[in-house]
Amino acid sequence: MKKSSIEINKHPIDKYLRRDRMPHIWCPGCGLGMDITAFIEGTKQANIDMNNMQIVSGIGCTGRISGYIKLDAYHTTHGRAIPFASGLKLANRNLTVVVFSGDGDLFAIGGNHLIHAARRNVDLTVICVNNFIYGMTGGQTAPTTPVGAFSSTAPYGNFEKPFNLVGVAASAGASYVARWTSLHTKRLANSIAKALSNKGFSFIEIVSPCPTVFGRKNNRSDALGLINELRDRSRIDNSANPTEIPITNYGEIVIGDFLNEPRPCFSESFEEGIKKTKERIEK
Amino acid sequence: MAAKYIPLTGAESAAYAMKQINPDVLAAYPITPQTPIVMKFSEYVANGEVDTVSITVESEHSAMSATVGAAAAGARAMTATAANGLALMWEIVYIAASTRLPIVMGIVNRALSGPINIHGDHSDTMGARDAGWIQVYSENNQEVYDNYFMALRIAENEDVLLPVMVCQDGFITSHSVENVMPAPDQVVKEFIGKKKFKGLLTAEKPFTIGPLDLQDYYFEHKKQQHEAMKKVFPVIEAIQKEFAEKFGRKYDVIEEYRTEDADIVIMGMSSVMGTVKEVIDAAREKGIKVGAVKPRFFRPFPGEYLKKILSKFKAVGILDRSDSFGSLPPLFTETAAVFYTSSTKPLVKSYIHGLGGRDTTVKLLEKVVTDLQKLSETGEGNFTSEYLGVRE
Repeated sequence: MKKSSIEINKHPIDKYLRRDRMPHIWCPGCGLGMDITAFIEGTKQANIDMNNMQIVSGIGCTGRISGYIKLDAYHTTHGRAIPFASGLKLANRNLTVVVFSGDGDLFAIGGNHLIHAARRNVDLTVICVNNFIYGMTGGQTAPTTPVGAFSSTAPYGNFEKPFNLVGVAASAGASYVARWTSLHTKRLANSIAKALSNKGFSFIEIVSPCPTVFGRKNNRSDALGLINELRDRSRIDNSANPTEIPITNYGEIVIGDFLNEPRPCFSESFEEGIKKTKERIEK
Repeated sequence: MAAKYIPLTGAESAAYAMKQINPDVLAAYPITPQTPIVMKFSEYVANGEVDTVSITVESEHSAMSATVGAAAAGARAMTATAANGLALMWEIVYIAASTRLPIVMGIVNRALSGPINIHGDHSDTMGARDAGWIQVYSENNQEVYDNYFMALRIAENEDVLLPVMVCQDGFITSHSVENVMPAPDQVVKEFIGKKKFKGLLTAEKPFTIGPLDLQDYYFEHKKQQHEAMKKVFPVIEAIQKEFAEKFGRKYDVIEEYRTEDADIVIMGMSSVMGTVKEVIDAAREKGIKVGAVKPRFFRPFPGEYLKKILSKFKAVGILDRSDSFGSLPPLFTETAAVFYTSSTKPLVKSYIHGLGGRDTTVKLLEKVVTDLQKLSETGEGNFTSEYLGVRE
């Protein structure tokens, strides 16, 4: 076979990727490439032993991450990433367990798991890539689709109020909450490092561009245009109250490192509870 | 006006039928390869072409729950799903049947994980075969379209009152375009009629659905479900006859293809039977007396029909698009069981094919024909099972 004349340079994070699984299934202009790079950078920054890390994902475009990152990974069923991850963590507390999944997976079909894991403060880092739509299945209304945005199940515009993801996570009890866009790679990486270092339930929302599905249905199919839009619409406010910053179709996207309030995680509370019971029995 | 063919995918055929049925409520969640049904139907909803209240719920568990709730309130309620979606519905799938709610659910058959596979096989609905639902399997897009109307009539029949799954093969049928002849709205309207089932929670008198039912009556209630299933085939026959009169297309519980003088037959369900018919036509050219038998229903199981039809042949090859690990596959097992007390029975061979959407090619089916010829002559390989087209 004739060799290509183009010299293919290695990507800086190549050693963390499963090259044999490339080309990946993500569309040109998708934010997931930037999100993965930020994740790897954040992991390096936090000095996490990659051999001790597990990635768990659900179904959807983001769910495919577990097959592309060269770490122990579990691609679970739709919505079940968090309970799988909780099981992993409980079986081996030395592991760093990361859930990397999409808005539909984590907040629709798996919404119940998210609020309860946050309530218990299970020591997980949950990264939610929010593209405002069910991308892989063809662009149906998701629980994040802004009012007025178009989808294949809302051809004349969505009228259902979406979730404010950071608000839900904070209200449910997450001990670390942040929101960035795919464009804010450095800040996102910093946040991922902080989340990984937090011993408890950490939640990061990444507002991520989807030109092929969300964009195409909403007259924003230009990938670069969507990146510019994320730059123009976002405002950093680390002091914002996460429950008060819902994302609308065209309005401001408040981003930042909103909440960092460590409290005993599930395993610690559990051990404390057992210890107290034993003491009572011994008395 | 002369009837006209229009090009539709299997999923669009289902959506078109649902549009003409015009259900009161639709609750669904996206899952490949079912999604195009609900996407197309959502367009009808958004355009105001139907009166349906549709809700894109947060999971299939919620989709079936909402459908059951709506049906209990007396609505014509529908949903559609596939594979893992059906699996997530599981507990309410049973409840829909045991509370005797006439729901019609579109199923686009897909392999049930793991590992994840989005393509067509019957592992999803075969797993649900004991849930108490009627199951009808469609070979092509026209049959998909037609089955929806018949399914609705069967479900709502007062002697039946059981939910129905209308199955088509993922991608092979759901995403392939074929010419479909839709009936005028008026014909559909007359055929399906006004719903007689008024619901269970009608506010006329207080009624509790699904309360605790222990050793006192649970057993009797289960027996009643069985009794209802026993009444299904006479109802199906009457509805198929009426359908033929109104729509001009005749269906039987079991479709026979070139079986008049056949010595051997291939039996199977859904889309593979299209390929089987091609293979049979070619084999007939060569003078091989081979035919095909296609059960359209798997629940209730058409055992008596199969007993009568299959006893005419020397050998039958039974294609299952699902496996039963540690046993023999379902269509084969149940068919074989029918002949336990018969003195005249065909030789039988089981083939597990097309798992995870693997193509069952003409070449593979030609091998089945050769196998069956040998089986009919020598009896060799009787009551054995093999995987068709798997790499060893």
